[in-house]
Amino acid sequence: MTTARGISGGSRAAFWTVFAIPAVWMLAFFVVPLSIIWAYSFGRTLGLTEVVVTGTPDNYARVFDPVYLYIFAKSLVFAGATTAICLIIGFPYALVMTFASTRAKILLLLAIMLPFWTNLLVRTYALMAVMRTEGWVNEAFGVIGLGPFEMLHTNFAVVTGLVYVHLPFIVLPLFSTLDRLDRSLIEASLDLGAGHLRTIFQVVIPVVWPGILSAVLLCFIPALGSYLTPDLLGGPDSQMIASVIERQFKRANDWPFGAALSFMLMYLTLAAMAWRALAERRAAVRDLR
Amino acid sequence: MLIRFENVTKRFGSFIAVDNVSLDIAVGEFFSLLGPSGCGKTTLLRMLAGLETPSAGRILIDGVDMAGVPPNRRPVNMVFQSYAVFPHMTVADNVAYGLKIDRVPRAERDSRVAEALALVKLDDFAHRRPDQLSGGQRQRVALARALVKRPKVLLLDEPLSALDAKLRDAMRGELAAIQREVGVTFVMVTHDQDEALAMASRCALMNRGTLQQVASPGDLYEFPANRFVADFIGTINLFEATLAVDETDHAIVRTPALDAPVYLGHGVTGATGAQVWVGIRPEKITMTPADAPRPAGPAAMPHANRTPGTIMTSAYLGAVTLYDIHTSGGTLIKVTAPNGTRSASPALPAGTQVWLHWEPDAPVMLLA
Repeated sequence: MTTARGISGGSRAAFWTVFAIPAVWMLAFFVVPLSIIWAYSFGRTLGLTEVVVTGTPDNYARVFDPVYLYIFAKSLVFAGATTAICLIIGFPYALVMTFASTRAKILLLLAIMLPFWTNLLVRTYALMAVMRTEGWVNEAFGVIGLGPFEMLHTNFAVVTGLVYVHLPFIVLPLFSTLDRLDRSLIEASLDLGAGHLRTIFQVVIPVVWPGILSAVLLCFIPALGSYLTPDLLGGPDSQMIASVIERQFKRANDWPFGAALSFMLMYLTLAAMAWRALAERRAAVRDLR
Repeated sequence: MLIRFENVTKRFGSFIAVDNVSLDIAVGEFFSLLGPSGCGKTTLLRMLAGLETPSAGRILIDGVDMAGVPPNRRPVNMVFQSYAVFPHMTVADNVAYGLKIDRVPRAERDSRVAEALALVKLDDFAHRRPDQLSGGQRQRVALARALVKRPKVLLLDEPLSALDAKLRDAMRGELAAIQREVGVTFVMVTHDQDEALAMASRCALMNRGTLQQVASPGDLYEFPANRFVADFIGTINLFEATLAVDETDHAIVRTPALDAPVYLGHGVTGATGAQVWVGIRPEKITMTPADAPRPAGPAAMPHANRTPGTIMTSAYLGAVTLYDIHTSGGTLIKVTAPNGTRSASPALPAGTQVWLHWEPDAPVMLLA
């Protein structure tokens, strides 16, 4: 067995040479600023610009104020709904992509990637134009004598926008998982008499389950921290936690509380990742039995 | 006929994988589709399973046209090359999968699963998961899973190719024994001629999408239909020749490769003077030392069927020794000599002068 300790002197020098640049980068732009914010979360503001780190837990206590808990809960619901809808749309899409011809595969991939490559602000304003009360969706409804519906500045608009933005985050990892799936498993299921739906639910989904969990996380985490989409598409009651954090750092000028909220969001993210790791561990243990 | 291919063609774009194949397979056969990779044998098998659709022609199973019948409605089951054992199910669940779909009642399902696992000797592994099994055991799961459905035809795609040599030999015999026991018609794809010869009751040898010969393993080896068959199955010395005499009870062909004519103890089909090929398998040639009495040819033509030569190289393989012999006609001939007794020097050294001769029923004449 080879171990990391077995690295010889020469390759150790090479290792540090290669590692130095990313290490310095991570330290300067990730660890240090994050540590400062983390320290701020235990401080309080003094005057207009100054923050003193006093070690007070007050900021975290404030997070548990029902007002903020409500927004956290709401953010979780929005991100959860977004992820669920993304999965319901994205899984069949990725499945179709997996079995499409090379040409169709590229077209389907482009359909997902083109919006992804477009500026988020541009896309969001475009979505606003679509969902406006005088937008073309309502005009189309008007033709058949329905509506107009108030869509913009509602929770519906927020989730729609979030699904639109986060679809690539779920389709791409799902596609890469499904593409690696052994096709003969599907053929074996069909051969043994199963229909396509049964094959998907009893063979494909259980086999690619770890990939589905990864895709879910890749979608859920950025959705949870969304800022622009709820801000522009949402109404007064559809704020997500990122908007509140932004307000603390800007208008409210309360950096310590903003920092505490940020870290609460981070803990939630880490909890989601821990849940994923735990699920994987449990699967591994089950496999060992 | 249980299975009938009628003028079946399969094209992938401009590539013709299977070219106008007609083939009948009877009930209870252990039929092997044999050929080099890319010859169309797997495509033929997959068309039978319904995993590919013929571009032209018909496939009938038990007299029913399979056109438009999806794989899950065909009376066939398949053992995949990669085994395709479901990794998230136990061995028993894998085997029960097809029965659950058929809504077989629980009690019957359990007994049939147990029976199938006993057949492949996996009784003690019912609750294991596939990643705790060896390759050979996983293959048995795939076999049990397919057989438990009691298909009319069991399809096997290169069933032994992923096993190591020792296990492959063991499974060869076992697979044939299982086939005899259950009596289900087996159709097996393989590129390994030993596998086909050892297990199959009948083989179809394919090349470039077409059938070259459909025959029993023995006939395939001893009575090849053409040069491709003769060369693919086993080893053969092939010479370009001219058909000189063709009588009802014998034929004589002459080849510049040998200084003696080749005398065949039976009549052949072919016009006198026609360009033909003559082949002799290495084990059908007898080698004697040059200083021993000169071997006599057939009574009717004593100077035929023999040639002097010099040993160029030898390879001692234990049971036999392979020799490459340079004949006086300027050709290399492969000869195998059985090692009938123990000897300290089982291979004759290079440079040894020898006589080669063969019986009148050893050579085979081929028209193409």
